[in-house]
Order: sequence, then C-alpha cells, then structure tokens
Amino acid sequence: MIVEATGLRKAYGSTAVLDGIDLEVAEGSVFALLGPNGAGKTTTIRILSTLSRPDAGRLRVAGFDVVREPAAVRGVISLTGQYAAVDAEQTGRENLVMVGRLMRLGRPGAKARAAALLERFDLVDAADRRVKTYSGGMRRRLDLAMSLVAAPKVIFLDEPTTGLDPASRTTMWDAIRDLVRTGTTIFLTTQYLEEADRLADRIMVLAGGKVAAHGTADDLKARVGGDRLDLRFTSAAALDVAAHLLGGFTDHERLVLSVASDGSAAHLHTVLDDLRAAAVVPAQVSSHRPTLDDVFLALTAREGVPA
Amino acid sequence: MSHAIADSMTMIGRSIRLGKRNVDTLIMSIVLPLLMMALFVYVFGGAIDTGTEYINYVVPGIILLCTGYGAASTAMSVTDDMTSGMIDRLRSMPIRGFAVLTGHVVASVARNALSTTIVVGAAVAMGFRPSASPLEWAAAAGLLLLYVLALSWLAAGLGAVAKSVESASALSFFMLFLPYLSSAFVPTHTMPSFLRGISEHEPITPVIETVRGLLTGVPIGDRGWIALAWSVGLLLASFVLATALYRRRVDD
Repeated sequence: MIVEATGLRKAYGSTAVLDGIDLEVAEGSVFALLGPNGAGKTTTIRILSTLSRPDAGRLRVAGFDVVREPAAVRGVISLTGQYAAVDAEQTGRENLVMVGRLMRLGRPGAKARAAALLERFDLVDAADRRVKTYSGGMRRRLDLAMSLVAAPKVIFLDEPTTGLDPASRTTMWDAIRDLVRTGTTIFLTTQYLEEADRLADRIMVLAGGKVAAHGTADDLKARVGGDRLDLRFTSAAALDVAAHLLGGFTDHERLVLSVASDGSAAHLHTVLDDLRAAAVVPAQVSSHRPTLDDVFLALTAREGVPA
Repeated sequence: MSHAIADSMTMIGRSIRLGKRNVDTLIMSIVLPLLMMALFVYVFGGAIDTGTEYINYVVPGIILLCTGYGAASTAMSVTDDMTSGMIDRLRSMPIRGFAVLTGHVVASVARNALSTTIVVGAAVAMGFRPSASPLEWAAAAGLLLLYVLALSWLAAGLGAVAKSVESASALSFFMLFLPYLSSAFVPTHTMPSFLRGISEHEPITPVIETVRGLLTGVPIGDRGWIALAWSVGLLLASFVLATALYRRRVDD
C-alpha cells in the first residue's frame, strides 16, 4: 500500500474535522475521496501531503512516516490544490522551470522538462505568455503540469475539476488517465459522483469527518440495490406521505422520492396504485440504474435518521 | 546548505521577476518618492529653516521614505503568496521554508537600491550637492542597505501574519508614517516636546542623521553607532520574528 492511514484524527478547536479515518491506497491506482463541502476531504489531503499535522493516527506515504519524515514524503509526492497555484505574472514556461529548479533538476534539466510538459499539456503556443492571460482550463493544466515536474509517485489532487467547463473537465480527466497509465498513484477529492465513478478504482465516501462507505463504484452501487424508481412530487407534504407509504430515500430539495425497483411494469403499477389510494400522485416518474448519486443520497440520508 | 542556497536563489529570481512585472508597484515606488522630494524641496522647503540648503537636508529623509513604500509592497507580495495557494505548492516540495521569505526580502532590497539610486540621481539634478568621499558614500550605502534589509524582514513578517493583501498594506502603514516623526523633513528641536521624545528615540532619526552627516559633512557624533546598533538589532529581531511568524502561519 503506497498510502496508509489508521485512526486519522484532526480537530480545529472543539470541532472534530476528521474523526477516525482508516484508508489504504494501492500503488498505481486511483483513489477518490468523495463528499460534500466540509466533509473533511481537503483536511485529509493537507495532512497526507505534510501541510497540516494530524492530532492522532499512523500515516505512511511511500513507506515514509508523514509526521516524522515530512521531507522524505515531500520528495515523492506532489500536490495540486483546490486553487491553481501558479504565478500569474510569470509565463507558463517560467512557472515550470522554477518548479524544476526547486526540485533540483538543474537549469538544463528543468528547461527540458518544462518543454516536454508544455508539449504534453497542449500549452506550447501559450508557453511564453504570462499566465494571467490563460483561461481557467489552461491554468489548471499548467497547475497539473507543475505537479508532474519531478515525476512524483503519488499525486494529490484536491477537487481537480471544480469550476471547470465540461470541455476542460474532459481534458483534465484524460490527463489523469494518462498519468495512471504511467504507473502514478492518484489520490483525488471530488464533490462529483460522476468524476469518482469515471476515474477511481476505489471510492471512499466521507460525511461529517467519518467514513460513510468505501469500495469500488460497483460495490457502492450494489449497496443501494437494483434499479431505482424516481417519483417527483409537487409539494413537500405529498413527498412525505409517499415516503411514509413506500420507504426509499427522499431528496427534499428536488421533491423526489427514490425507491428500489425490479424494473418491471408490474412493480410500477403497484406503486402508482398505492399512491393513488393515498391521494398523492407524482408529477413525474423515471426509472434508472443506480448511480453514485443514489449511493450518496442513501448514505447521507441514513445519517440523519436513527437506525 | 547548498540546497538552501540554490532554493533561495530560485526564489530570489522569481520575486525579482514578479517585482519587475508588477509595473504599477514599481512605478509607484519610484515616482512617489520623487514627487515627495519635489513637494518638499519646492513647496515646503522654502519655509523650513534647517540652516542649510533644504535639498541637502531632505534627501536622506526621502530615501528612508522610499524604504517605507518598498516595505509595504514586500509585505503585500508575501501575503499574496500566503493566501493564493502558492505557499501550499511550495511547502509540499522538499525545499526550505525560509527560501520563500528570502526571495521576497532580497527582491525588496534590490527594488529599494534601484529606487534609491534614481532618487539620488534626481536630487543631484535638482541641486543636491553631497560632499562625501567615496568611503563616506560606501558607509552611507552600507548603513542604508542594512536598514533596508532589516525593514524588509520586518515587512516579510507582517506579510506572513496578515490575513489579506489589504490588511498587509494597512499593517505596513506605520512604516510609511515613521519618517514624518523623525528628523527627515524638519529638525526635531522644532517639534513639541512630547513628539521630540518619539522622534529623537525612534530608529529612523539616527539613520537619517548618519546618512546626512556622511553625505553632506554635518558632524555625526555618536549617532553613527546608534544607527548601526538600531539597524543590526532590528535586522536580528525582524529575522527571528519573520521566521517565527511564518512557521506559526503555516503550522496547523
């Protein structure tokens, strides 16, 4: 295991941000930490990348103890934070050469590495322009390129596609997949279930500083069961009546009740008949294979309700 | 150790490059002191009796005023790094933490050297007639360098604690203000006694008096040693403070 954490705890004042996290990441795999804002994703990444000190826990990255050997850990990892850490007043090439020199590649080595990365991230034309003229997607690409200068063993990506348009997001995903092909281990956080589903070998769902679930995307989907039937109502009152009648998971924002189904017409009939008998008729009905959204909804919904 | 030097060199290169491209700040740090000098020499100077040509009196004060502006922009660039995510990238790399601050401090000293040279050149064009020998010039330059270095570390420390670039500029406001309470523009004996207590004992007055003495031949007395002691003391204190504040800021 290239990344291991046992009993990771961190509190700010009296607020526990991470309340006993255990995780393992296999070398060469993609691990996604999934959760809403405030779940503790960024704190986990900051601790594993030596920026923040844990209150408790045994943490190892590439065989080094994160707390006792931070310098060794820094030599084999790289971090791409939530906000592109690039100098706007330097050109793309200057940013890359600077990192190369700090990573001790020497001047010629740093220049050669910068040129190769500019090529790889499709930034050759913009290489000698100041970064302040770059688009958001270009900045993120440069940011990722800066993380790859020293060919790290583990790359930490904190919400790599938050705020990007769909085209830039796809480019970013491709870049991440390319990295995996070269044997790099990726540890990423995301709020997007789709992103975790597409990229990650293993997913850990974090909610309120605790592990809500972990496994492969399929494992997590299996926890929700087979097909889902989504029933959308026009009022919260109708939603509550239907939830009381049928069970399932409610999404109060969208007024949707999601119930397990075998996908048959007969089941749909039964559901609609039951609802008509209770005088709550859904405005819209749709059926789908379970997505990670369902998992997420299921896990976070269960949080609030006593078992 | 060689790594620490190499890291510092890289960071110095970066800070100087960023400083050169931040044209607004660069122009301000040169134009503003020039304007102040013109204002004091041509507008107020005629009414201020210093017993000598006013421009010969005021140039050292203008140079020290420059360092205040320089310090403010140094504090702001340090805070910018602290708040922009750049610090996280740098700290997740195997480099020495103080290399980041060193980069800003050295760039600050370089910027000050440039603006001071321009101010002195402009002063000569406006009628400043220094009588200093090369040795006195070197002594004045050395003292100023020491003082600027101390002030830059202090500014870097303030930049490391400031929560935003705006508050960094507010924190460094007093550095802009101190020269006015010294003998920079008027002799301190003309001030009311409560102000005289401040102006005669703040570090800027002995530094200004020493530079003025070295450049224009006014007797210095023991002020030279006082200025040197202040500058060295301030440098040591600021360096310790800045590195401690930096460590406290990044430690969470």
